[in-house]
Amino acid sequence: MIYEGKQKIWSEYQKEIPEDHYFYVRSCIRQSFFPASEKVFLDITRNRLHKDFFETEHHTTCGGIAYHSDAIPQETSMTIIARQFALMHKYGYENYVCSCITSFGLYTETLETWREFPELEEKIKENLWESCKLEFAKPKYLAHASDLIYKYRNLIASQAKFKLIEKKSGRPLRVVEHIGCHYAKMFPSRGVGGAEYPYVLAGMIEAWGGEVIDYPERRHCCGFGFRQYLIKSNRGYSLSNTHKKFESMEPFKPDMIITNCPGCPYFLDRWQYVISEMEGKTYGENGHGIPVFTYEEVAGLVMGYDPWDLGLQVHQVGVEPLLDKMGIPYDPEKKYKGINNKDLGRPELPTCACL
Amino acid sequence: MNKNVMVIGGGPCGLEASAQLHKMGYNVILIEKEKQLGGHLAKWDRLFPEGIEAKEVLQPLVDNINGVKYFLDTEVVSINLLDKEYNVILSNGITVLSKAVLMTSGFDLFPAEKKEEYGYGIYDRVITNADLEKFFATGKDPRVVENPKRIGFVHCVGSRDEKAGNRYCSKVCCATAVKQACEMKALFPDAEIFCFYMDLRMFGRGYEDMYLKAQKDYGIRFIRGRVSEVSETLEKQVLVKAEDTLSGKPLKVTLDLLVLMAGMQNAKSGIRIGEMISMKRSDDGFFTTKGSILSLQECDKAGIFYAGACTGPKTLPDTLNEARAAAVSIHNYFNKEN
Repeated sequence: MIYEGKQKIWSEYQKEIPEDHYFYVRSCIRQSFFPASEKVFLDITRNRLHKDFFETEHHTTCGGIAYHSDAIPQETSMTIIARQFALMHKYGYENYVCSCITSFGLYTETLETWREFPELEEKIKENLWESCKLEFAKPKYLAHASDLIYKYRNLIASQAKFKLIEKKSGRPLRVVEHIGCHYAKMFPSRGVGGAEYPYVLAGMIEAWGGEVIDYPERRHCCGFGFRQYLIKSNRGYSLSNTHKKFESMEPFKPDMIITNCPGCPYFLDRWQYVISEMEGKTYGENGHGIPVFTYEEVAGLVMGYDPWDLGLQVHQVGVEPLLDKMGIPYDPEKKYKGINNKDLGRPELPTCACL
Repeated sequence: MNKNVMVIGGGPCGLEASAQLHKMGYNVILIEKEKQLGGHLAKWDRLFPEGIEAKEVLQPLVDNINGVKYFLDTEVVSINLLDKEYNVILSNGITVLSKAVLMTSGFDLFPAEKKEEYGYGIYDRVITNADLEKFFATGKDPRVVENPKRIGFVHCVGSRDEKAGNRYCSKVCCATAVKQACEMKALFPDAEIFCFYMDLRMFGRGYEDMYLKAQKDYGIRFIRGRVSEVSETLEKQVLVKAEDTLSGKPLKVTLDLLVLMAGMQNAKSGIRIGEMISMKRSDDGFFTTKGSILSLQECDKAGIFYAGACTGPKTLPDTLNEARAAAVSIHNYFNKEN
């Protein structure tokens, strides 16, 4: 690996990311999959870094899952998106940031389509007015939330309580970075670092002390792939994708995986359990799986948030071995306690989870 | 009468044109931006289809310019038309007034790192056709491991590729890949060698024979399909994913060396000069000739002539023929003017 070669590519794919003042839009599914990630993102940006991130309960889905599943036509998803942008404008913002990778891809695709086909943009303006009586507007800057954490990575590092380093040995943790397909594969110039060697997560890993692993199936889909998973009869494809990735990364002995997509951490995390049940195989150390995180969760760990406040107890693969490596304290008794000490229950088949 | 002819570019094309014009009695001033004559040919080891040494071709071309004024390490600073002559100021401080200017500025190799998915400049064992020629000549390249067991060649790197911005065929890469594959097999008899191609364009005399020989005598495996991505294994080998369109299956192979057949682009140095006097370029980036059949050596600007790869990818024999044709065109231009 020639690191300077990657640096050269990274220098060519640096997108403009404004420092502050964003209209923030949540994902449809992330709050179910990894419930604290979006909350932590807002807490870090607003309360730790003192940035202006506005959100409204009036925003909806972007329609991405329905669009990519062919359940709604493109004009419908574009009108939904026009409504989101109109809300941003209504609240006085020009910078739009979304939590979901599929949304980011769809917003980018929509803006590019409007640029190429102005007559379609006119049609959507009419749709928006007819359906919502809202004024059409487009964002000046479009970012994915991971772009922002990338942008703030050094600020976060300056407030770090823990690093991506094995405390006992001082060894940088070996980190797999997995980028959602819709981040830059469709429009490489819209992603930090481009499509082939994205830097958005690698930059965070480097800034926080870890070592990035480049393994052969790095670019491969996590296994979500919409039709692979949403159509029940295709789920074998989904699982085999994930299996292929783990087989490929295994020789590199990763300590953890970081992702920036709603689906990827879910599938990379949950399918490890399925693989262990089906084949009796686990990919981490000592019979454990490889813990999978969202970038907000990792930022939270680095900044010293309590692991259970980050929602790490709902991961399929236990995170404790990694917390131990990083020297992050945690109370095992509180793992399955929710708000007001409510008992959250315990996994029944914790094959690759560590209790 | 001022019989000055300025020739820009000291590769094989510029050398041959200069020699021919000198024989015709013209006062040729040849400039070359590099410190040596010969262009890409000087950096090449052997030539297809027979595999003769490049220096066997280059040396006579250099010998034949005996009597021609030439300047190395010299570039055009400015060029403009004064009445009917071009006033060319050179970086060595010399100014030349020339009725005719011949562009033999040639080509640049497509920068293979732009095909990011192939990993040139990123992965340790990915090289280009030019790197391999250097290895053949010197026997040294740290990227070529001792006794490689599997070697791959990727055709059409930066050619016939809309994404790379080059829709055209670079013409010489297929034959070069077959030649280099055979040479590697001769050097490393135990190695399995794969060529990933879209179409094999074996248009020249002897090329088809070379291709058949590669299959029969050297056992080169030709796979019809494009490489989709390249990555690196823990052992620093390269893992190549491609499609075998003839068997209709995806393919994954681990290699010890991957050679990218970088295509041709109009040389940046030639483009820079062309822009000084607004020489037209076509969508493919190469200079536009006055006509596409009858006036291939002429620019639509009086007194500007072209030969070689500055008007599109060409083989070496085609380039040398164009050099001779350009000399005749320039001779006719002088006669017509007088």
